[in-house]
Amino acid sequence: MNYVLNFGAVFRGFDDLLSGLALGLAMGLAGLVAGALIGIVAGYAAVFGGRPARVVVTLYVGFIRNVPILVLALFAFFALPQYGIRFNNTNTFAAVLAIYAGAYLTESFRAAIATIPKGILEAARSIGLTGTGIAIWIVLPIAIRNALPSLGNNFISLFKDTSIAAVIAVPELTFQARKINNESFRVIEVWLVASGLYIATCALLALALRRLEARFPKF
Amino acid sequence: MQGFLSILDSAAGALLWGFLLTIVASAAAITSGALLGIVFGLALTFGGPVLAFPFRVVVDVVRGTPLLVLILATYYMPSGLGLSPGPMTAGIIALTIFCASHVGETLRGALLAVPPAQTDAGRAIGLTFLQMLFYVLMPQAIRQIAPNFVNTAVEIVKGSSLLSAIGVGELLLTTQEVIGRTFRTMEFYALAGALYLLINLVLSTGGAWLERHFRIR
Repeated sequence: MNYVLNFGAVFRGFDDLLSGLALGLAMGLAGLVAGALIGIVAGYAAVFGGRPARVVVTLYVGFIRNVPILVLALFAFFALPQYGIRFNNTNTFAAVLAIYAGAYLTESFRAAIATIPKGILEAARSIGLTGTGIAIWIVLPIAIRNALPSLGNNFISLFKDTSIAAVIAVPELTFQARKINNESFRVIEVWLVASGLYIATCALLALALRRLEARFPKF
Repeated sequence: MQGFLSILDSAAGALLWGFLLTIVASAAAITSGALLGIVFGLALTFGGPVLAFPFRVVVDVVRGTPLLVLILATYYMPSGLGLSPGPMTAGIIALTIFCASHVGETLRGALLAVPPAQTDAGRAIGLTFLQMLFYVLMPQAIRQIAPNFVNTAVEIVKGSSLLSAIGVGELLLTTQEVIGRTFRTMEFYALAGALYLLINLVLSTGGAWLERHFRIR
């Protein structure tokens, strides 16, 4: 029990930890934006599409939500290049994150679209808007606003999921922490600081999101 | 295809073992996490400011940290104190704490959602706190957290794949070893994905069945 805390090695690597944190946030944001686009399209398909569209969306959501993201990432990084689909590790992980987020956000947008009051759609039709017009000018803004809390929570959990990119050697926070861990053996310090950085970032994000939600309340 | 089947035949034993280890590790973490989560939830709800505080800290720390970091920290940090848990032990402990934090937080919400009139009624007929808990609060709260609990269980099964990062020979690590030997990357990752899908579909179907079975009519 005579372990003496020494943060020297961790502070020497602090720049790496911070750049890793920034990379994680960037991947999380890319995953959120692309995932939201997938979620909006699939959400529309689930609500307004015919039976085939609904079946495809259900299969996509059911498959992605029940398979570990690590398996998806390893598959994309190691198996797809054999078929000529090849990106570097960071882009591969961001793409996987987008597909993963898309499945969760499909559910959010489906609910957000399905709960729009009928009266609003009838009002839109009565002022002469057609189907596409209603979808773009009426349904979309309300759906995005209603899905805002879910988008925020998904962003936080996507940011946490970026830690898994360490397994395919993307130099994000967990990767950098593990590197310091292996080089210095300051096991307690490095994981205290790394998890502290994650917790602080998540707390700040949550705070910012609560303010954003208060600014744009549900319709 | 013929070639792959004979390769699969040579790898099936190892994969089956990994598959079982994934199930055992997940089941251990889910059951102990559920029990510990009930303790967490009760402490958070009825603990008062002093007793609830340490639980609040644990739950917030766990929910703010990625599961992979929690697993790596549980595996590496004790070595600084001269303890060295094996990867399997450390992994199950990490998954258990993760599960307990999520169950604890949802249980707290569900307990607070039981209408106060019911607690008043219970007190009026002279129930003690424990009787109130067992006969009034928990039966309703547990029904309410059931869907959420199934989601958490699915997260644990998926999260158990992260144990491969600390060297637990579960399904994913076994798959990686088989791929290292056979170079059938596509097929074996797809197989691993299908097996995780299978476990989780059984979990969610079973969960939905239990929910229907115990619904208050």
